[in-house]
Amino acid sequence: MIRDEDILELEEPKLSAAERLYLPQILGGMQTTMVHLGKTLLANKKMTVQYPEEKRTLRLENYRGIHRLNRDEKGRVACVACFMCATACPAHCIHIEAEESPWDDREKYPAKFDLDELRCIFCGMCEEACPVDAIELTPHYDVVGRSRDEMILDKEELLSIYDKTADVKPRKNPRITGYPEVGNRSEQGPSDEGEGL
Amino acid sequence: MTEFLTSQFGVSIILAGVVFGILQGAVAYCIYFERKIAAWIQDRCGPNRVGPAGLLQPLADGGKMILKEDVIPGHVDKNLFVLAPAIMFIVAFVGFAAIPWGGQLELGGKLVSIQVASPDIGLLYILGVASMGIYGVVLGGWSSNNKYSLFGAIRATAQMLSYEIPMGLCILVIVLTVGAIRLEDIVLPQTAYWSDVIPKWNVFLHPLAFIVLFVTMLAEANRTPFDLAEAEQELVGGFHTEYSALKFGMFFLAEYASMITSSALLAVLFLGGWHLPWIPWAQPEATGIAAVIVKMLVMGGKIAGSLFVMMWLRWTLPRFRFDQLMRLAWGGLIPFTLGLFVLTVGLLYFDKHQSPLWTLGGNAVVLVLTLAVAGLSRRDVTGRPASLPSLEGRSLTHGRLAGDVS
Repeated sequence: MIRDEDILELEEPKLSAAERLYLPQILGGMQTTMVHLGKTLLANKKMTVQYPEEKRTLRLENYRGIHRLNRDEKGRVACVACFMCATACPAHCIHIEAEESPWDDREKYPAKFDLDELRCIFCGMCEEACPVDAIELTPHYDVVGRSRDEMILDKEELLSIYDKTADVKPRKNPRITGYPEVGNRSEQGPSDEGEGL
Repeated sequence: MTEFLTSQFGVSIILAGVVFGILQGAVAYCIYFERKIAAWIQDRCGPNRVGPAGLLQPLADGGKMILKEDVIPGHVDKNLFVLAPAIMFIVAFVGFAAIPWGGQLELGGKLVSIQVASPDIGLLYILGVASMGIYGVVLGGWSSNNKYSLFGAIRATAQMLSYEIPMGLCILVIVLTVGAIRLEDIVLPQTAYWSDVIPKWNVFLHPLAFIVLFVTMLAEANRTPFDLAEAEQELVGGFHTEYSALKFGMFFLAEYASMITSSALLAVLFLGGWHLPWIPWAQPEATGIAAVIVKMLVMGGKIAGSLFVMMWLRWTLPRFRFDQLMRLAWGGLIPFTLGLFVLTVGLLYFDKHQSPLWTLGGNAVVLVLTLAVAGLSRRDVTGRPASLPSLEGRSLTHGRLAGDVS
């Protein structure tokens, strides 16, 4: 129920005699648009990016484009199959099947990691949820496919996107892989920054 | 054969073809420039993919219009539905017949007019034909059998009827000043000079009538800020909601064609038609073929200037609300132009109607009187309906216009 005192009424401004003639105000508006026209035409200040020929500079830090699965320093998938990203995902586009890890620095690893790029809304919550910084969004947005199946990326494809984008957007430092008490973080954390990413 | 070609009738027929062809192209490129100007004003590029600088865009658009499926919905009144765009299109183009494009041409020792037809009532003919355009809108909106279309048509009708009154009064001011309704006879006196410097263009006699006529022409052509008939936000597409393909294209072309007619009429009435001071080819004495081409170019330049201002305004101004639109016509323009009309009649009685000092002084008096009435009357222009409760003691914000904020 809306109470009377909750209603906020706005009064229209009273116009002066000159304003009621409209013409001075209209001329003011025309001046504004003419300045824009002149700038665009003479100073060539266009906002447009001629897309296929020109591209905007990629915002490496925070652009939310296609996903990738990071590799750790040994080239293995960094994911520990904790399901945090799949749980956080509002579009339910991440499908993980976990198995016991063959490596001794973690318990589980993803045997299967499917991500449906058509369902994804690119909100970046998987990236925020990931405790080991394994899933990340890259600045690449021109993703095409000829079928729906093609747009469901599996683990290998996501890893290959990491391989393609690692040089423009390296994995975050310090790298987190596995569980801290097992050791990777303390052994190869901030101490080995020189190792090349 | 040569005799036929050099007669007024032959010249008229050739001219009709030439002018119609040029106008078709001009209308297509009007749409191109409308888009370009919109883009420039909004810091964009505009169409630039089809041909160099997008110059072939009108051809591509035309091809698209022709090739698209021409849907006639099942619920429409089919005959009127087909007739409406045709009326609109024909009416928009026949108005050009009476426009004097380029003075006179000397052919085989005779003078022929560069004008498809030169009726004695040329001005009335153009006004009558232009008013017919409303039939296209009304029939289109009504036969569509769709409430949005009907609303658009009703709005357009009310608007055109209202704005024809100040338009007619403005034209009467000029007719009284010049003393002729034949368009050539309106142009000719304007080719003289005051003290050999300033051309006797009517705009220097009645600048206010010029502005009001321009405003009413925007309304007649359904252009922003008077384009309520096709207000997308409320009415989908207005009277042409149900139209597609070439029928829609005809409505679209007709809008631009009527803009060009209005601009041509404006140029003839107020800007001296094909006359340009100090250019020997643009004088009434010059009757060679080069002179005719220069005169047509001058006329075209004046029309282009007027079209540019129309487009410029379209991308500057928001649309009027319907009650504001009506108030502007009945409460603003009609009393104002009546003032101008009475002024002209008074000056005519004292034989001062050709004297710029008297007419300009009179214009200033009318303007000051209007300002005084507007300033003294406490009636709102933008208007909160009187039926709503008073805002006394209620309003928390007393907003002013944006300029006061900074």
